[in-house]
Amino acid sequence: AVVAETLLQKVWDAHTVRLLPNGQTQLFIGLHLIHEVTTPQAFDMLRGRGWTVKYPARTLATVDHIVPTLDQRRPFADVMAEDMLSALERNCRWAGVRLLDLSSGAQGIVHVIGPELGLTQPGMTIACGDSHTSTHGAFGAVAFGIGTSQVRDVLASQCLAMDPLKVRRIRVNGQLRRGVFAKDVILEIIRRLGVNGGVGYAYEYAGDIVDRMTMDERMTICNMSIEGGARVGYVNPDQTTIDYLRGRTHAPENETFETASAWWKSMASDPGAAYDDDVEIDGSLIRPTVTWGINPGQSVYVDERLPKPGDAEPQSRASLEEALGFMGLRAGEPIAGTKIDVAFVGSCTNARLSDLREAARVIRGRHVAPHVKALVVPGSQAVRAAAEREGLDRVFIDAGFEWRGAGCSMCLAMNPDKLEGREICASSSNRNFKGRQGSPTGRTLLMSPAMVAAAAIAGEIVDVRAVADGN
Amino acid sequence: MAIERIVLVEGAALPLRGDNIDTDRIIPARFLRAVSFEGLEAHLFEDDRAQTTDHPVSNPAYRGASLMFVESNFGCGSSREHAPQAIRRRGIRAVVGVSFSEIFFGNSVALGMPCVSVSADDARRLIEVAEKNPQEPFVLEVSTMRVSGAGLTVPTALSPAARDSFTEGTWDATGLLLERFEEVEAVAARLPYLRGWRAQARPT
Ligand code: SF4
Repeated sequence: AVVAETLLQKVWDAHTVRLLPNGQTQLFIGLHLIHEVTTPQAFDMLRGRGWTVKYPARTLATVDHIVPTLDQRRPFADVMAEDMLSALERNCRWAGVRLLDLSSGAQGIVHVIGPELGLTQPGMTIACGDSHTSTHGAFGAVAFGIGTSQVRDVLASQCLAMDPLKVRRIRVNGQLRRGVFAKDVILEIIRRLGVNGGVGYAYEYAGDIVDRMTMDERMTICNMSIEGGARVGYVNPDQTTIDYLRGRTHAPENETFETASAWWKSMASDPGAAYDDDVEIDGSLIRPTVTWGINPGQSVYVDERLPKPGDAEPQSRASLEEALGFMGLRAGEPIAGTKIDVAFVGSCTNARLSDLREAARVIRGRHVAPHVKALVVPGSQAVRAAAEREGLDRVFIDAGFEWRGAGCSMCLAMNPDKLEGREICASSSNRNFKGRQGSPTGRTLLMSPAMVAAAAIAGEIVDVRAVADGN
Repeated sequence: MAIERIVLVEGAALPLRGDNIDTDRIIPARFLRAVSFEGLEAHLFEDDRAQTTDHPVSNPAYRGASLMFVESNFGCGSSREHAPQAIRRRGIRAVVGVSFSEIFFGNSVALGMPCVSVSADDARRLIEVAEKNPQEPFVLEVSTMRVSGAGLTVPTALSPAARDSFTEGTWDATGLLLERFEEVEAVAARLPYLRGWRAQARPT
């Protein structure tokens, strides 16, 4: 019999062009996603050297980071944003790359639209100048973020020079409890394995909880792999993956779909494959989770208290103190009851239709606390349209949320949606770094969309299990 | 294409304490609203600098530094190449620290800026020396993998692939990746999702 292999090994081998003299692998990239922020310099370098885009048909562009979510008429009020989108338009025209822009009906956060269009498929290698490219691993693709010089490499050659990766299997077994979501699972994984625990690894998420998850939930998990230091995170393709892809715009059609499905399934890790590391987590013990600090590993269950630096190991004391100081939170206090100013449901982690449904479930018939500014930003124009067909926009608007156009919005500070001053935001996004949401002193608490919704209503961090019937 | 070989980096060092310094802190996202990397160095650590009075990047004594000493998981978070670009454009030509995020490390390789690892104790010692004497000259030898200065010599770690890229001047990968393009095309022709599922279904 053949040696049992992991998905990572199979995909890696299928895409290996050659071994480079320095020991790295020249890896073919099956799908290159690009956006306005990390590509203008890459196109300039390309032209500067007289190169062209080798596989324009394997390249797809959209605009997400800089788009305003309120007034999307062109030219944008923000001159810089307008410049960046114009540059992308010019570059895509020059290279013959398809751009899904605001008038396409298919625009959205790059990691939301790839999957929903059926472009993201099992067994592919996918690269994008964006660290949350790991999201696409939910389909059993090997997908990773790259920098601008590497975007240039992929444009010019459709290849990257890559170091080999180890594989850590993370099995989440048991049964998730009421009010506990995929977001809580990944925050738990990061809390346990650390924000740099995944450096050098691809994370393979498995176990019966992951097996039962929808594609949306798997995307939430894979999305935040990079927050645990792992550049790549994936789930083995199975019937759930195949059912999701059937009928999508760019999925294979008719009888070719069956051929494709067979290949996709064959790329899954074999039983008995060897892993460089294996971790098991009892998912039944996970409770709704909230970050309190300045990296995504600094989290507690909503019914827990903040850590005391004095109880911590000496080497982590300084970072706990720094985080508590920046956040203006007191050691040993409960996280519940922390007052919030802003509630944000959005980002490539949690702005798909199912996320919006979960948030809407919590707020239906209730109203946002008077001091809270609350906004919902769908991950794509398609998500927005689907939510409107279900009347979710009304639920949000009636509850006092703003209903916005698709984009990255308040996940990061590149468009008009920003925190001000020391505001505290309950956010369904993925990063609570200092200044991440646009104010250098602004503060972010990461949690599931349902927990954000509950916080918006209460005006403070509350246990979603006490406010709604949860899931 | 002729690319510079990077064997030795000499000069004073800018010390920066703290684990998990993310790229949003190195260069806040609002400065990514541009179509070039030019001028990014002016905004290096801008928000951190505004919130303390003694940030080393603001300290004129470190203006001429060509090395930077950091601690662990430096450059985590966003993949923005703007972060190593801002550091490189500030005059820093190599970073010495306990560990680096993979994407930051790779981006730095592509700029010809080595990020080499040392033990946590050695990182602390180097930082202390540079804090005490901002003019203290150090030498990073990429080929022999050590950094020395102020009577201190500590071993550094760097993947052999990255080390060779620097010492042999092949750190700009594009030329290498284009070298044997027929092999790239061969892979594309073999991948079922590129050659077409129908072709795949036909017996060969
Ligand atoms: S939503 Fe946030 S994390 Fe996702 S791509 Fe946009 S800015 Fe990056």
